[in-house]
Amino acid sequence: MLKRLAAAAAVAAIASSPASADIKIGFVTTLTTPAAVIGRDMRDAVELALEHIDGRMGSETVEVIYGDDEFNAQKGKQATERLILRDDVDLVTGYIWSNVLLASAPVVLGAGKILISANAGPAPLAGRRCHENFFNISWQNDQTPMALGELLNRDGVGSLYIVAPNYVAGQNMVAGVERVFAGEVVGKDMTVWPSQRDWSAELSKIKAAGPEGVFIFYPGPAGPAFVKQYQQAGLIETIPLFSVYTFDSISLPLFQEARIDAVLGSRMTQFWAPDMENEQNQRFVAAFRNKYGRYPSLYAAQSYDSMFFIKSAVEAVGGNIQDVDGMRAALRKAEFPSVRGQFRIGSNHFPIQNFYERRVVEDANGNWTTSVGPVVLEDHQDPYASQCEMGG
Amino acid sequence: MDYILLVEQLLNGFQLGIILFLMAAGLTLVFGIMDLVNLAHGSLFMIGAFVGGTLTLVTDSLVLGAVLMVPAMFAIGVLVETIALRTLYRRSHLDQVLATFGLILFFNEATRLIWGPAGLAVPLPEFLEGTVALGAGITYPLYRVVIIVIGLLVALGLYLLVAQTRFGMLVRAGASNRVMAGALGVNIPVLFSLVFGIGAVLAGLAGLIITPITQAAIGMGEDVLILAFVVIVIGGIGSVRGAFVAALLTGIIDTMGRSFLDVVLLLFLPANAAESAGPALSSMLIYILMAGILFFRPQGLFPPRGATAAS
Repeated sequence: MLKRLAAAAAVAAIASSPASADIKIGFVTTLTTPAAVIGRDMRDAVELALEHIDGRMGSETVEVIYGDDEFNAQKGKQATERLILRDDVDLVTGYIWSNVLLASAPVVLGAGKILISANAGPAPLAGRRCHENFFNISWQNDQTPMALGELLNRDGVGSLYIVAPNYVAGQNMVAGVERVFAGEVVGKDMTVWPSQRDWSAELSKIKAAGPEGVFIFYPGPAGPAFVKQYQQAGLIETIPLFSVYTFDSISLPLFQEARIDAVLGSRMTQFWAPDMENEQNQRFVAAFRNKYGRYPSLYAAQSYDSMFFIKSAVEAVGGNIQDVDGMRAALRKAEFPSVRGQFRIGSNHFPIQNFYERRVVEDANGNWTTSVGPVVLEDHQDPYASQCEMGG
Repeated sequence: MDYILLVEQLLNGFQLGIILFLMAAGLTLVFGIMDLVNLAHGSLFMIGAFVGGTLTLVTDSLVLGAVLMVPAMFAIGVLVETIALRTLYRRSHLDQVLATFGLILFFNEATRLIWGPAGLAVPLPEFLEGTVALGAGITYPLYRVVIIVIGLLVALGLYLLVAQTRFGMLVRAGASNRVMAGALGVNIPVLFSLVFGIGAVLAGLAGLIITPITQAAIGMGEDVLILAFVVIVIGGIGSVRGAFVAALLTGIIDTMGRSFLDVVLLLFLPANAAESAGPALSSMLIYILMAGILFFRPQGLFPPRGATAAS
């Protein structure tokens, strides 16, 4: 008898715990492998956002269930399937990597649920393969490097050498720079991703080509390794290094630890910086630094935004997240305070927003961070939007 | 200008080969003598980077860190051999693969728990910064020159150890015929522990000296491990000399492929096809080499004397 009671109690306990929240959000990111530093920033930002909204969207309680993509498209797809099939989440967001997102998108969209990318913005999903239930809250991959191309033109850089990883985002980044850059591309190396961490061969080629500038895209821990080698090869004083998604608050502490002073003053383009002056951003950055003792990265900023983005839609449909049509209409309006300030959602469900020059600086306490500069591209929409024909 | 690039790329290939040699030397001895497929050899590479890196940061000296790392890695190697691997010698290769794969997961997680997911950045001491002029207009990063020199010194030391000492004789005897060596009264358990310890030190050294260039990261050993297996297959399992030649060969072919293949492909392919085929084909080159060796000379370039397919 006692045994049966205990068993019943156990069953009740199991049954009651997962049903506690009204809304379940799946969040896929990288929680293992060296790239987990990015995933950690995203998860920390989501947790902070949940704290700031008191765990509620409207009158509904919210639970976020994390999935680990293990820095691998196949594993990311499996994590997405688990969230949809086992955890029965209402909506899926997250996704650092374009290849993971491309593999996972059909799973979420096929289940008739809304998918919001909090980072990856691969070209197909912005153009030909756009979908009425897919939204992006960060940027399309080409946009930031297009802004960089514009920056290079304004600087009068005549020749450029490009080094980037050989995967979908790397290809998009390179395409973005080449689309806008008016000078000559004197060399281009697409390196093995993510395993290649030694660029000796590429650096020798850069030296031989002698360009006026070098463009790189190395997100996560690969960036410091590249720049270190760039310095060791004696190139950092002679050829200016331009980058996107390489110097951020994840890599800058590593640069500082390794005492690569040449990084200070380095320029890039970005839609956001920690010192942007709007209420939402200042609250976010201050709270993030206070809670975790470090600057948030753009990955954190986007993840924080994604929670408020979802919240705005959930409140618009009165908490009925199953109302996908209503959710979609509300998401298109994007009526929420974003850390980047004003922006709107374009016809292909990607943001139309400003891109700024950003610079590596030392803050008042001696920590390295990035600071926002003048606008490079204003109200910019990605070049694939015209290829998107959306049903609804 | 062009010959400068060629020489530089040769040096780059040489330097990669040196790292591969340090990894492959231990791997080939463990595989050849102990008949143990040790997938966790890459973890020793990683542990060397993290332990040596930490010692470097604590002592504020890369040299001191490297010196202190040697006994630490030897102890870790002997410990791993005694606790985990000793029971695996009589098991099948498949069991060994499974168990040592488990060790990889264990070490990766342990590293994450101790050092966090961000990895470890080890600054290069100032006297190793910058480039050196090697004459004829060639400048090369000083630290990469140092890596090459260290690697050659270790290779020389290992050659003397294996070819000239009694311990080396036992090692060679073990590689040629393990059973007979045991029957002649060689203390096999002690020999195995020592060999494994030395392998761990070499792998750890490789991990540490590459860290100021690439930084220490969790799982950094796995990619190198695959290349190291290619090296020992090409060189002949159990042969340190074979590992040396094959490592340099692999390093140079890999680097040359990365640097010149796209240019070669441009001669008979349109630009964008060459651009995407170049990196893909260059990363296949060494495997094509390995497949060729396996076909024409399955025992490798320099198999240990008397070793047969039996081991």
